Amino acid sequence: MQKEYLTVTNIAGPLMLVEETEGIKYDEIAEIVLASGEVRRGKVLEINKDKALVQLFEGTTGLNLNQSRVRFLGRGVEFGVSPDILGRVFDGLGRPIDDGPEVIPEKKVDINGLPYNPYARDYPSEFIQTGISAIDAMTTLVRGQKLPIFSGSGLPHNDIAAQIARQARVVPSLDEEDKGKSGEKEKFAVVFGAMGITFEEANFFINDFRKTGAIERTVLFVNLANDPAIERLATPRMALTAAEYLAFSQDMHVLVILSDMTNYCDALREVSAARKEVPGRRGYPGYMYTDLSLIYERAGRIKNKKGSITLIPILSMPEDDKTHPIPDLTGYITEGQIILSREIHHKGVYPPIDVLPSLSRLKQKGIGTGKTRHDHASVTSQLFAAYARGKEAKELAVILGDAALSDVDKKFSAFADGYEKSFVAQDVYEDRGLEKTLTIGWKLLSELPREELKRLKDEDVEKYMK
Amino acid sequence: MPKGKIVKVSGPLVIAVGLPGVRMYEVVRVGKPGLIGEVIELHEERVSIQVYEDTSGVGPDEPVIPTGEPLSVELGPGLLTSIYDGIQRPLDIIRKKVGDYITRGVDVPGIDHEKKWEFNATAKEGDKVIGGDIIGEVQETTTTVHKIMVPHGIEGKITKIKSGKFTVEDTVAEVKNDKDSGAAKVTMLQKWPVRKQRPYRDKHSVSEPLVTGTRVIDTFFPIAKGGTGCIPGPFGSGKTVVLHQLAKWSDADIIVYVGCGERGNEMTDVLMEFPELKDPRTGEVLMKRTVLIANTSNMPVAAREASVYTGITIGEYFRDMGYKVALMADSTSRWAEALREMSGRLEEMPGEEGYPAYLATRIAGFYERTGRVICSGTGEREGSLSAVGAVSPPGGDLSDPVVQSTLRMVKVFWSLEAGLAYQRHFPAISWLRSYSLYLDNVREWMNDNVAKDFMECRNKSMSILQEEESLQEIVRLVGLEALSMQDRLTLETAKSIREDFLHQHAFDPQDTYTSMKIQYRMIKIIIKLYNLSKDAIEKEVDFSGLTELKVKEKIARMKFIGDNEESKFDEIESEMEKEVESLIKSSKV
Repeated sequence: MQKEYLTVTNIAGPLMLVEETEGIKYDEIAEIVLASGEVRRGKVLEINKDKALVQLFEGTTGLNLNQSRVRFLGRGVEFGVSPDILGRVFDGLGRPIDDGPEVIPEKKVDINGLPYNPYARDYPSEFIQTGISAIDAMTTLVRGQKLPIFSGSGLPHNDIAAQIARQARVVPSLDEEDKGKSGEKEKFAVVFGAMGITFEEANFFINDFRKTGAIERTVLFVNLANDPAIERLATPRMALTAAEYLAFSQDMHVLVILSDMTNYCDALREVSAARKEVPGRRGYPGYMYTDLSLIYERAGRIKNKKGSITLIPILSMPEDDKTHPIPDLTGYITEGQIILSREIHHKGVYPPIDVLPSLSRLKQKGIGTGKTRHDHASVTSQLFAAYARGKEAKELAVILGDAALSDVDKKFSAFADGYEKSFVAQDVYEDRGLEKTLTIGWKLLSELPREELKRLKDEDVEKYMK
Repeated sequence: MPKGKIVKVSGPLVIAVGLPGVRMYEVVRVGKPGLIGEVIELHEERVSIQVYEDTSGVGPDEPVIPTGEPLSVELGPGLLTSIYDGIQRPLDIIRKKVGDYITRGVDVPGIDHEKKWEFNATAKEGDKVIGGDIIGEVQETTTTVHKIMVPHGIEGKITKIKSGKFTVEDTVAEVKNDKDSGAAKVTMLQKWPVRKQRPYRDKHSVSEPLVTGTRVIDTFFPIAKGGTGCIPGPFGSGKTVVLHQLAKWSDADIIVYVGCGERGNEMTDVLMEFPELKDPRTGEVLMKRTVLIANTSNMPVAAREASVYTGITIGEYFRDMGYKVALMADSTSRWAEALREMSGRLEEMPGEEGYPAYLATRIAGFYERTGRVICSGTGEREGSLSAVGAVSPPGGDLSDPVVQSTLRMVKVFWSLEAGLAYQRHFPAISWLRSYSLYLDNVREWMNDNVAKDFMECRNKSMSILQEEESLQEIVRLVGLEALSMQDRLTLETAKSIREDFLHQHAFDPQDTYTSMKIQYRMIKIIIKLYNLSKDAIEKEVDFSGLTELKVKEKIARMKFIGDNEESKFDEIESEMEKEVESLIKSSKV
């Protein structure tokens, strides 16, 4: 028989204090029955003798002190996994909201997961083709990687995320000796965790997945902007728990998209403020790094397991500031970042990826002979250098005028424009193969004088630059 | 032993009562799962415990059992090639025991107690020994002889010692003195509390550089054996790559690499790469001299705090054998954040940025455990322990309290700059902001072992780089044309130093490591060309001719010249002389 407590003594923000409790455990889940009969869920944040501090996921509106009944369930927050979760839509706490039947769980799993043993990890090294040139060529995504998109309000990060979800696949190498090999038939799934995004944004994803049929292999967890903010703290964990099950029990390659991490961090700050903790930078709690790493580090591969989890968190940088704590701490944990630029967006280029500050730390291991094409590394390094030089020349021209540029610099300046217009830019529905991407790259480079292209090998120039 | 009971649980902090006599920093087992924790505060009968494992599901009234011992590491043969978590539990054994995830309450010894090692006694019966004396050896890996020392606190005459195959728990020698009745048994296993510095007899100032093979470090900002250094930088500036380079190529005998609160995949990278790499000096696999400690960011936060101590204690142990040990910690910011988190939960008064007021003391205490020492025991055995810590300041802002407290302690500062990383200039160590306070210490060694004029070349290059900075200002204002020929030569030379010398490709098999000898030849050639050109300009040679020297192509490729092809540098030098001479001749006509 479960005890019900009628001893709520304090309610403040999302927190509630229950007294005279007995045998309560840290991190345990609580159910609160309101006077109206409504049931809400919460989690034990701290337990001090007979006092339990409970954080309510759905907020404390409507709660009162003498009529709220609290039950403690003796377990942490769990999510019931089964192969049937594919194609379903859940709320931020893992309850189905798509009018479908209840999911009969194969097992219930604690959403906090357990840390992978670093010794059990396998190093990510398989190239994922997203069909987006700027990503495939320059900031290559690798299976098992965590690669965030740093965006800003008003930038098309959702389109990019949906496009990646639609097009991502593993392709065989393009080199001669690997010709004819076909990509293995592998099971692929997308898990989408929405935190505090608008109805329209969520609808965009759901419709997009429906339209392209991707919904069949997608699991969605949706916490909308008007849903309880604290529920957001559970949403990414729900998503990753589902992903871990699909990847390591069902041998699937799972792409997890989390949007928008900024809302998640703000919810974290709300709870921290309610607990009157010492705030860190900009009011975010000092343990935010650890908290974020518990989410991000769940991406990866495990030795002797077929599946993988590739994670793309999306976050909007407040004021496009990369040193804001959210992008800053994210950048310290993730393996690179894709940065969207407002300037490029204003030029009408989609996707507005600024390749210069973007980086994929795992690119080295995922490209080249046997993986993509032997010239991938050298040609992209040359494109990067040439684009950087072109941008520099353009800056100089702004100060001193076009006339101040040498002939070579003028060529680089033109190259930078061409690079943005024909290499980075593409259609939202264009699935551009790596071969075509590299061909465009070579074509752009051929406009530059050969002696300036020090990073290219002679034999490659002969072969590809015609 | 009395059992206590829990009254409060808040994340990694547990408060218990009913533990009279429990000591500060004593290890206790917490709750029903028997989680490992450490006492960090005593408040009348309330005992604050930091728990090294996740405390979910633990609640009041559960038991707390004291162990009577402080947090310790096991020291003995079997340490090398291991990978440990923050409290010295071998991750490979944990995986064998409980699978791919790290579960709670796993209890495994730090080193294998079953394995038999071939012990060779070097002392004999009747020898008088004191704590720290070497009594025998074990060939632990093909590269390293593990020396078995008499534990501290034991002294007297050896009454029994024999060579043979033993486990670390077996008695290999017995030592008796007049004061005690029985003989003390010496095994190959020692336990040492991690927060306590291992003793040594004497500390000396450092004199020999730790050669790392990274040119910007060895030539411009060298670190000494027994010295300390730090690498602060924003994310993406290449901290981890620099530390990996140091761990790979440093001419230390033993490497301890602590991955503290960083990415799991980075540790996997080390685990997969090191067994493949060969030491350029011995030709042996690098892993054989390495101990790894991995407490990644998603592993429990309190164990992260312990991991740097675990690492440095293992380092000190090898130092005591007379080895040159280098320790890398990536990243000390995460360690400081763990301190901050615990401090916050203890409701202590915060210092700067929420860090506890004792942050600077803790950082100082860590770095002061390094140094070049005369080891304890008889004889003049010398060992050294160097430490390099990465620091990850928020937003790359160097006013961060962890950076500032670290800079007060360490002697070498390698400042990573986002701007350089952005231009893909790696290693992105800024030559204008970094410094090394060991230049005077290593000068003599460099003179004797590299070349008499090495420091001269280094200082000249440094001043050229400094000058470049101020000249660049002028160029930005009035354009390149306004500069004199001499100044343009300075710019040209600075560019060559940056691109042909400082820029180094960590992933290129040849460029990744450059010996001191080759570093000297490279910098010498650049300075020589500068001097030749300077003369030529004085003799009114046209500057454009000097920028188009054919030999420049070869200078640009000299970083790919191997150790055994030193004659190529002679060729470049003579070619350079000839070319400049012919320019002078043609300009006179």
